[in-house]
Amino acid sequence: MQLRYEVSGDDLSLAGKASTEVKRALGRLGVDTGAIKRTAVSMYEAEMNMVIHGGGGIATAELSPDRIVITMEDKGPGIPDLELAMQEGYSTAPEWIRELGFGAGMGLPNIKRNADDLHIESIVGKGTRVTITIDFSGTGGSRP
Amino acid sequence: MNGPSFHSVTLDPAKCKGCTTCVRFCPTEAIRVRKGRAAIIDDRCIDCGECIRTCPNNAKKAVSDPLTVLESYAVRVAIPAPTLYGQFDERFSVDRILGGLLELGFTDVFEVARGAELVADATAAWIASAGEAGSGGQWISSACPAVVKLLQVRFPSLLDRLVPVMSPMEAAARIVKERLYPGRTDVGVFFISPCAGKVTVSRFPQGLTESAVDGVIAIKDIYVPLLNALPGVHERPLGHAGARGVAWAHIDGESDAVGVPKAISVSGIADVIGVFEALENGKMKHVAFIEALACPAGCVGGPLTVENPYIARARIRAIERKAAELPPREARFEGAAINLGLEVPVPARSGLRLAPDVFKAMIMLEEAEIIHESLPGLDCGSCGAPTCRAFAEDVARGDAMLTDCIFKLRENVRKLAEELINMERWQPPGLDKD
Repeated sequence: MQLRYEVSGDDLSLAGKASTEVKRALGRLGVDTGAIKRTAVSMYEAEMNMVIHGGGGIATAELSPDRIVITMEDKGPGIPDLELAMQEGYSTAPEWIRELGFGAGMGLPNIKRNADDLHIESIVGKGTRVTITIDFSGTGGSRP
Repeated sequence: MNGPSFHSVTLDPAKCKGCTTCVRFCPTEAIRVRKGRAAIIDDRCIDCGECIRTCPNNAKKAVSDPLTVLESYAVRVAIPAPTLYGQFDERFSVDRILGGLLELGFTDVFEVARGAELVADATAAWIASAGEAGSGGQWISSACPAVVKLLQVRFPSLLDRLVPVMSPMEAAARIVKERLYPGRTDVGVFFISPCAGKVTVSRFPQGLTESAVDGVIAIKDIYVPLLNALPGVHERPLGHAGARGVAWAHIDGESDAVGVPKAISVSGIADVIGVFEALENGKMKHVAFIEALACPAGCVGGPLTVENPYIARARIRAIERKAAELPPREARFEGAAINLGLEVPVPARSGLRLAPDVFKAMIMLEEAEIIHESLPGLDCGSCGAPTCRAFAEDVARGDAMLTDCIFKLRENVRKLAEELINMERWQPPGLDKD
């Protein structure tokens, strides 16, 4: 089954709503608690990225009994150098975001640590699609 | 797998009008109105007392023990929560309040605030040793029973962050039994409680195989007899706890006592949930300790108290300032040597799961999603469920019927009416003569 959410591009206080809804659904299914945590962390990071960099977009979660596949799609500026963006600590977040304690550049590597599979497609000037897979019996630490 | 589902919050059916106030305030969606009365779903109740606080008809209450439980013990030790001290005005000192308890049939008193000081030390030691062992991160206090149950029911992924140290109530009860009266079998220990959840955990303890508490008496039940006894009490040095232990009655008291830098404290169940959502999302990287209390302003806001929580907190703070000026009293027992660690893991509870089997749950979740789409989304509560989504899940589980929704019912009535009008137009051929 599929769950679908619109993520606002300008209201940081709404970020996390989609991941809270997805967590609720996973709780109703009774999936492994470690998998819930990994889903929460990676989806929240991706949601934050979409608000801060992507100007908002659409989040979908494809649920099946053994895994969840989350797709976060925005029409933002895209990522020019994906390899650089995957490095710990690298950040292009504006100053005001960093002052709020976000944008320390932990986003993508943190998702990678928590996801069983991470796939990023990005076209500069067009947008970015991040696909995160969490296997309910997995352990995270995907190799891109 | 859920263990005993006992909870101490109950309903007085004579007072319940079937309104849905409690249904909507319940943080675990544990209440439904059925047959005109609010019914609690046992597996989901966390004893937070929100329904007791919000019921406009005072139909919700917590079961606790009557004072007559004392009768079966030769030695009867009261262990009062520090919250008790804030229920009385400045005329009555801690020593006098403790003396008052001895007038009501108790033979001894030992302060839970003293237990709290030892729990604070054990908590600080645990966090330090976990940090050295490389498992730093955020540790959640296990002192509030409703918060622990909230984790079990709604945030099971955070259970491994609980500080594995028993509550101040259990610590105090064990000190009484193991250190003050060792080897005796005629000793009864009674918690004087602001908290509904403590009644439950004294029977079904969290993280312990057995509780050392023999009875839990509500502050509101002991308040009047104690108030009447206080003026006649001769003041003696009975209190042994310092400001550090007494402060556990209100928010911030515990984190100050534990003394870990980078601690946050949060009270009130809705705000606690907000913090746990953020923690689960990995948002609290720089926090080391979370003091979370389900009641507003902390234990002083407990449903079994009498005084306004904020007045009670101001009084407790005055007691702390006074205690800080006085020299510490001689201890009733020597130092450590009592193990405060939890004995068994605190398990997840499956109350929110749609079905025991993930495939079945998946089908129900999908069905609930389709039903939810068709509902008006007003969360009006007329169906007896807190939200349209919760109702959709109830229908998918087979616990409710779609026509319990008054909008759905109206749709059906309208269809039926249209059908009636249509049928009325048809004539049997024998009468159909143009």
